[in-house]
Amino acid sequence: MGKARGRHRGGREGLATTFVWSAAVLVTATFCWLLGDILWHGLSHLSWTFLTAPPRNAGREGGIGPILVSTALILGVCLGVAVPLGVGTAVLLAEFTTDASLFGRLTRRSLDVLSGVPSIVFGLFGNVFFCKTLGLGFSILSGGLTLACMVLPILIRSTEEGFRAVPAGYRLSAAALGLSRTTTLFHLLLPAAVPGLLVGLVLGVGRAIAETAALIFTSGYVDRMPESLLDSGRSLSIHIFDLSMNVSGGDTNAYASALVLVVVLLAINRTASWLAEHWLHRRIVTV
Amino acid sequence: MTSSTNNTLSRWPTDRLLLWLLRGAAAIAGAIVLLIVAFLVMEALPVLRHVGVARFFTDPSWHPAEGFYNLTPMLWGTMFAMVGSVLIATPLGILSAVFCHYYAPPAIARPYRRLIELLAGIPSVVYGFWGLVVLVPLIGAIHPPGPSLLAGIVILSIMILPTIALMADASLANVPPQYLRGAAALGLPRWATLRGIVFPAAKSGLFTGVILETGRAVGETMAILMVCGNVVQTPHSLFDPMRTLTANIALEMAYALGDHRAALFVSGLVLVGMIAALVAAADWISHGRIYG
Repeated sequence: MGKARGRHRGGREGLATTFVWSAAVLVTATFCWLLGDILWHGLSHLSWTFLTAPPRNAGREGGIGPILVSTALILGVCLGVAVPLGVGTAVLLAEFTTDASLFGRLTRRSLDVLSGVPSIVFGLFGNVFFCKTLGLGFSILSGGLTLACMVLPILIRSTEEGFRAVPAGYRLSAAALGLSRTTTLFHLLLPAAVPGLLVGLVLGVGRAIAETAALIFTSGYVDRMPESLLDSGRSLSIHIFDLSMNVSGGDTNAYASALVLVVVLLAINRTASWLAEHWLHRRIVTV
Repeated sequence: MTSSTNNTLSRWPTDRLLLWLLRGAAAIAGAIVLLIVAFLVMEALPVLRHVGVARFFTDPSWHPAEGFYNLTPMLWGTMFAMVGSVLIATPLGILSAVFCHYYAPPAIARPYRRLIELLAGIPSVVYGFWGLVVLVPLIGAIHPPGPSLLAGIVILSIMILPTIALMADASLANVPPQYLRGAAALGLPRWATLRGIVFPAAKSGLFTGVILETGRAVGETMAILMVCGNVVQTPHSLFDPMRTLTANIALEMAYALGDHRAALFVSGLVLVGMIAALVAAADWISHGRIYG
């Protein structure tokens, strides 16, 4: 009986091990397939001219120069708005409210919901609010503002964690010295919380660059070099979408653009985890 | 932390100014959700008023130009894609996390975890593009036409897998080590430890992960738009093309006017409603009430 049960259990253990390893192999294989495919087809087409030249013939030929510029501008607008708002909110939540306060609880709950809102809904909202109601039209400004709403929750969460990681002794000593809370904030807490802020920033940039659905109806499709923030500008992700869905024969350039996007995003991701692991840790231990 | 009161008891006027500035920032950040819902409702109201809610489910078809607004095919599309991808991604994601913690040698566990993180960072349009040029022709060779519910489920599973894998990873790491030492002392083998001790202890984190990935599956737009074929119909087999609520908005928003446009905002409201329900469920679970 004992022997039979032992064998039964051994069988189950073996089966589980097989399942766990095959799941890992399956995930790894899919990942390598995806990345390999994009590397293989994209690398041959990637060159300096591709990165700087304007697209020709609806993007089938030429490069992605103006598209990179538009992407950077959209990102700039997004961060320019999201960082002050996000840091302000994070400071309030981490330093000036208690967990029990109603205002803090409501803000946090509303940010939780905001972080789950599908990106296409942000697109709808951006279209109505920024393009129509505020009269900004299809523009880089509308797109950037829509993305700012989208990245706020990520930015706030990690900045708040950055502030919470600052030892309480800092605040107590500052208070004992009779420093105003404004001085404490700008001279002590903010510098110490920079790592958390940076992690949030990098994650937010990653999310913003990857975004497509929220931008189609806010920043538009125009692939010319933008002349002002009120011009419509096509982001890199929309370019890939457009080339693969609406332009027949656009696959080569879509592959190369996808490669650029993936490389940028992987670099951003690595930076975020490097910052989170090394700098955040070291900073807080040694300062 | 040390801020025990809401009012700074400070005598510095700058502090009061700062506090009001910060409150302003937080109020704006917190109001965005309300603003989104308000604008969705405002835009959806005309069609809700003179068409009514019921007709979104009882109309013969989705032909907004002729005044038919049946959303059910798209709702089913969203549901099928969501359920299918969650069913595939959940076991794979949890097994991935288990692999990292209990099966893989450290030399493999670290790069594997990194790989999952990278997978999480790849944008949806790239997944969609890969699905379109690699997966869809492959499925088309097995059973035409190719763009199908199946393609959507596969792509969505790959996309949401990192979410559940990373959440499961975090909740497995939080299992108290004395539980594991206890299991080891009892001589329990690995899988028995996992099944009898680790999974029950990590239950609430795992459920939260499932809810988060469900949210991502419901909200995903671009990838699913690129691989699903976008025919408005309730899919009857895995190989039928179909359209989800999100794809419907992305496809038709460009030219929709009047009631048609309003109907798209109604589907936006439906999506927000689904997400709000999921957030409420996650909240309920994270307060440990799943045990009671």
